[in-house]
Amino acid sequence: MVKIVDKEQIKQLFAEGQRLMIGGFIECGAPHRLIDLLLESGVGNLTLIGNDTGFDDQKSGQLVVEKRLSRVIVSHIGTNKETGRQMNRGDLEVELIPQGTLVEQIRAGGAGLGGVLTPTGIGTPVAEESRTIEVDGREYLLAKPLRADLALVKAWKADRDGNLLFRYAARNFNPVMAMAGDKVVVEAEEIVPAGEIDPNQVMTPGIFVDYILQNGGEGASV
Amino acid sequence: MSEMRERITRRIARELEDGDVVNLGIGMPTMGADFIPDDIRVIFQSENGFVGMGPRPPKGEEDPDLVNAGSEPVTIKTGGAFFDSTTSFAIIRGGHLDATVLGALQVDEQGNLANWKIPGKLVPGMGGAMDLTVGARQVIVATSHTTKKDQPKILPECTLPLTAKGEVDLIVTELAVFRVTGQGLLLEEIAEDTTVKEVREKTAAGFSIAPELTTFA
Repeated sequence: MVKIVDKEQIKQLFAEGQRLMIGGFIECGAPHRLIDLLLESGVGNLTLIGNDTGFDDQKSGQLVVEKRLSRVIVSHIGTNKETGRQMNRGDLEVELIPQGTLVEQIRAGGAGLGGVLTPTGIGTPVAEESRTIEVDGREYLLAKPLRADLALVKAWKADRDGNLLFRYAARNFNPVMAMAGDKVVVEAEEIVPAGEIDPNQVMTPGIFVDYILQNGGEGASV
Repeated sequence: MSEMRERITRRIARELEDGDVVNLGIGMPTMGADFIPDDIRVIFQSENGFVGMGPRPPKGEEDPDLVNAGSEPVTIKTGGAFFDSTTSFAIIRGGHLDATVLGALQVDEQGNLANWKIPGKLVPGMGGAMDLTVGARQVIVATSHTTKKDQPKILPECTLPLTAKGEVDLIVTELAVFRVTGQGLLLEEIAEDTTVKEVREKTAAGFSIAPELTTFA
């Protein structure tokens, strides 16, 4: 059952050393309010699974700037100079994964699969770290499933049953991460009564969602 | 857009056909409608999750939820659609893209591409580039012919970590258009203000010259 919770209840979900999935694509569609609460909670030594590490002068990037992360599993770090600096100093472990492989690993984690086979990365350094499996004469790399302790998701609208809608390009990694967290926490711009979102239009079914931040976004109300 | 980029972009636009679904990688300007002839419809895909990408909106109409994969504000055209990253990469990897245009640090005569890592110096990461090169039917590399220090970028063999092995089909620079063939590079076109001699001096890779070598502006 979905619980609509306040900021303090959200903060209690965070713990040192957790493995977190955080939705968004270079800040677009990232749950900035939840990241604020994560920063306020003071926890560190976190593993981040996400597309990237944001911009160093914007919200998602602050997880790196404030040194809360010990490991990141991402496809791109070029927009956050601090990520590269911490990596070069040996303070941050960076695992770079092709974006299409990363999203399938997350999907596999949420969908109960043992992994997926992808042609992406064959003949590149990526292949050196994966098992190669031949299927019908073509080579593929095995990409193992990824899961997280918590998935932090940004929605446009959530109803009180947790059904979600996303807006424009802010959807990106959010729906797939909503399936791959042991607990799934949603920040919605607006929380609407159950039934207000047409079941035909639901993008993420509420059964995946555990918590919704009350007054998650500007103008949100319950 | 610099004159060089504009020339490369204009030349690449000629490769695109009516109905093509095309992804422009980061580093390539939002080509927009400016370079696509009015009588054809090209559908641009953005790997952060939509097809039907349109040009930058007028100032004041930018929407933080509507940006391309390089975080630049864009628009959505009539008939466009948004989706999540799994669908986006199903399009990219699954053979549903007619072409992708990507930048290069190095590209070589076997059609190998390096553009995601300079060990010890610059490690931006590959983002969607490895999926794009594997999945798109036509992989077009858009690059300056040489580095800022006038070193060749088109080499006999890439020395940097590869993004893609043998996936590049066409290389377009401000000086030349090379097709990657089973027998190495074929120089198909040169810019109107250069010579084959200059192209040869600035290209480390070997290449043959098309019998009907043409020029582009």
